[in-house]
Amino acid sequence: MKLTVQDLNSHYGPAHILFDIGFEVGEGEVVALLGRNGAGKSTTFRSIVGLVAQRTGRIVFEGKNVSAKPTHEIVREGLGYVPEERRIFTDLTVEENLEVGRQPKRPNAPHWDREKLFALFPNLGEMKNRPGGRMSGGEQQMLTIARTLMGNPSLVLLDEPSEGLSPKIVEQMVDAILTMKKEGVSIVVSEQNLHFARLISDRAYIIERGRICFGGTMAELDARPDIRDAHLSL
Amino acid sequence: MAFYVVQFLTGLASAASLFLVASGLSIIFGVTRIVNFAHGAFYMIGAYIAFTLTERFSGAFGFWGGVVMAALAVALIGVLVEMVLLRRIYHAPELFQLLGTFGLTLMVEDLVVLIWGPDDLVGRRAPGFKGAVDFFGQNIPSYDLFLIVLGPVVLGILWLLFQRTRWGVLVRAATQDRDMVAALGVNQKWLFTSVFAVGVFLAALGGALQIPRDAVHHAMDLRIIVEVFVVVVIGGLGSIVGAFVAAVLVSELNAFGILIFPKISIILVFLVMAAVLIVRPWGLFGKPEAAARKTPGLSVNPWRPLTSNERLASLAALVIAALLPLFAGNYALTVGSEIAIFVIFAVSLHFLMSVGGLASFGHAAYFGLGAYGVAFLAKMAGLPMIVCLLLGPLLGCMGAAVFGFFAVQLSGVYFAMLTLAFAQIVWSIAFQWVSVTGGDNGILGVWPASWAASPSHFYWLALGVAALVTIALRIAVFSPFGYALRATRDSLLRSEAVGINAKRIQWTAFVIAGTTAGIGGALFAYLKGSVFPDNLGISLSVDALVMVLLGGVETVSGGVIGAIVYKALNIWLVSQTDLSKLVLGGFIVLIVVVFPKGIVGMLEMLAQRRRKSPPPGSSLLAKPIESAE
Repeated sequence: MKLTVQDLNSHYGPAHILFDIGFEVGEGEVVALLGRNGAGKSTTFRSIVGLVAQRTGRIVFEGKNVSAKPTHEIVREGLGYVPEERRIFTDLTVEENLEVGRQPKRPNAPHWDREKLFALFPNLGEMKNRPGGRMSGGEQQMLTIARTLMGNPSLVLLDEPSEGLSPKIVEQMVDAILTMKKEGVSIVVSEQNLHFARLISDRAYIIERGRICFGGTMAELDARPDIRDAHLSL
Repeated sequence: MAFYVVQFLTGLASAASLFLVASGLSIIFGVTRIVNFAHGAFYMIGAYIAFTLTERFSGAFGFWGGVVMAALAVALIGVLVEMVLLRRIYHAPELFQLLGTFGLTLMVEDLVVLIWGPDDLVGRRAPGFKGAVDFFGQNIPSYDLFLIVLGPVVLGILWLLFQRTRWGVLVRAATQDRDMVAALGVNQKWLFTSVFAVGVFLAALGGALQIPRDAVHHAMDLRIIVEVFVVVVIGGLGSIVGAFVAAVLVSELNAFGILIFPKISIILVFLVMAAVLIVRPWGLFGKPEAAARKTPGLSVNPWRPLTSNERLASLAALVIAALLPLFAGNYALTVGSEIAIFVIFAVSLHFLMSVGGLASFGHAAYFGLGAYGVAFLAKMAGLPMIVCLLLGPLLGCMGAAVFGFFAVQLSGVYFAMLTLAFAQIVWSIAFQWVSVTGGDNGILGVWPASWAASPSHFYWLALGVAALVTIALRIAVFSPFGYALRATRDSLLRSEAVGINAKRIQWTAFVIAGTTAGIGGALFAYLKGSVFPDNLGISLSVDALVMVLLGGVETVSGGVIGAIVYKALNIWLVSQTDLSKLVLGGFIVLIVVVFPKGIVGMLEMLAQRRRKSPPPGSSLLAKPIESAE
């Protein structure tokens, strides 16, 4: 397994947010983490990369237990994280944003550089010197993914990449994610949009109120309209 | 004409050192969010070490090498401080780091006297820059010309460092969003350490370069730190260019102020700072501060009124305190009165800081205004003591109403700096308006009426007022006004969205805190029998901050304990040892590292642990995983 999460529990102060979260991601797989607003998707991702201070559980990445490591060491193992709020460095140019994400090559992961990323996201190549604060939401979403790819991750946690984007940009996003997969990057993508998730994912987990309540292939999910309606419909 | 040009050039030369120190402070704050009070201390150590090295090694290499070696040595000390002290407190409540670095400053002040002695040291002249250049009959030291060139050169080097190197890009990114930088695989620990080292290096270099111009002495840290804060705030926190422009501005104001406005020369820079902040709240080159990401789980312990048992315990403590005159002598009672007065002062600032979330760096202004109010009424109008005590604090109230109106338009560090500026303005009025305030000589002979003259009676008066003030402010915390004020503290936007007039609430809190401080000041005037400009000076404002932080800023009444511990320890240490600053500073640093929530905060944590043992979900919390740093 590329990534195994077991018995993950997280707290914000006295509030218990995640309850015994567990899931797996295979080599080269795209796995969707589906759930409504506030279900715990972002907290799951933040907990995996160590940005939630109070968490317990086992997080095994490429056979190594990384749960006791600080954030930057987890990321340097090749576990990339793309936050939901994008968190672009608004004072820095596109190229400088990419520079912050740059890490050395990794033998077991595809290598990315500026040229390759500008090919993946042509918009970015046209605004290399523009400050992050003066980009559209879609452009910022591309930049935040490109910035994480500069670290040559072998697995990426993508938090709601389609949120708030126009249909045309969402299409580009689907293409980009499929290209990443073809290059050999494993991906966990959190989504509320089942339609978007279906276009890119091999398997899906559903999270509700901090608990995993379904796990299976997309076909298995389609065979259970009851689960889909109970946990995902609006 | 030539005279003015020379004056201008002298100003530019002074700007160089100021810029070096200010840029270091600005860089450190930008990335680590630490308001490094010890920056002036690093500047001073830089000067002292440079003095020793340049005395030891002669020749051009000896001098310039000594200056650079001194700055490097101090940078190394800075790295040690960062790794041993600051790394432990990055997650502590905001401003707590200020307390830690303040403790360091105290220690350094005694240490330099211990090592280099109390006398002023006059350093060597710089080889190659010993003479003066003639300019239409006026002399300009050639070393000044060297400094004038050095400033822009350093600015250029820093600019290249931040714009053209990977380190610079990482630092700028971390200035905006530290967690995200960690989430991209950058080790924040070393980034912070390196930033701190660079900042300290700049401060020490600024100090080392001063030795040919100025004598080295053990008070130079406080003299520069205030000016540096002013520069950084005028220029805009985190902006190197801003620091340069503001350093030039401030130095020129100092150079020409004394010629053009000799009466107000001391406060000219503070007037300018106040004006800049009111017009451009983020400084000339700064950007609006992004709302700091609050660490979840930091302020989650909801406040509650005291339980009936705790009320009884507080009452018992008060009764015991009231019994002191039965067995204590006059000296102890005078000390007790002073502590009670400082409890009033501390709880007033604590109210503003903890409940209102507004950390004032100039709270002594209102304390001192209360004292001066009493002195005016008693000496000039000849009013009886009761009337003076009731009306005197109104001067503090009025001062708080005027200054508070402008101050609450800002927040965070800028609020702190504007309050500092106002306090300095009030201080210099008291200092320079000799015909009314007596200037440095103060107003003497403010003695209490016969009913309060004996130490025990005065002690009971001070204790009673302190108890009343503490209770009144506690009631305010749990009143609808207190809820509204806490709402503005926790989220300005959300509180306004539910219909709270946030600025008015904060202004009201400011006036309440200022008036309360004025009450303390009024009593203080009678305790000492005199009033001096020091009663509204910076060091008193800093004392108040330390007392609040020591008690615990996240508590309801931590100011009480903080004031008692700090003041008692301070008075006792001064009487016991010549190295009181060293011991007190060490104690503060220890408290910061061991009890990052303050004394009361720690007691509360212990009590809570005992109350619900075993706490629900303790097994889950048993091994919390620390986030980066």
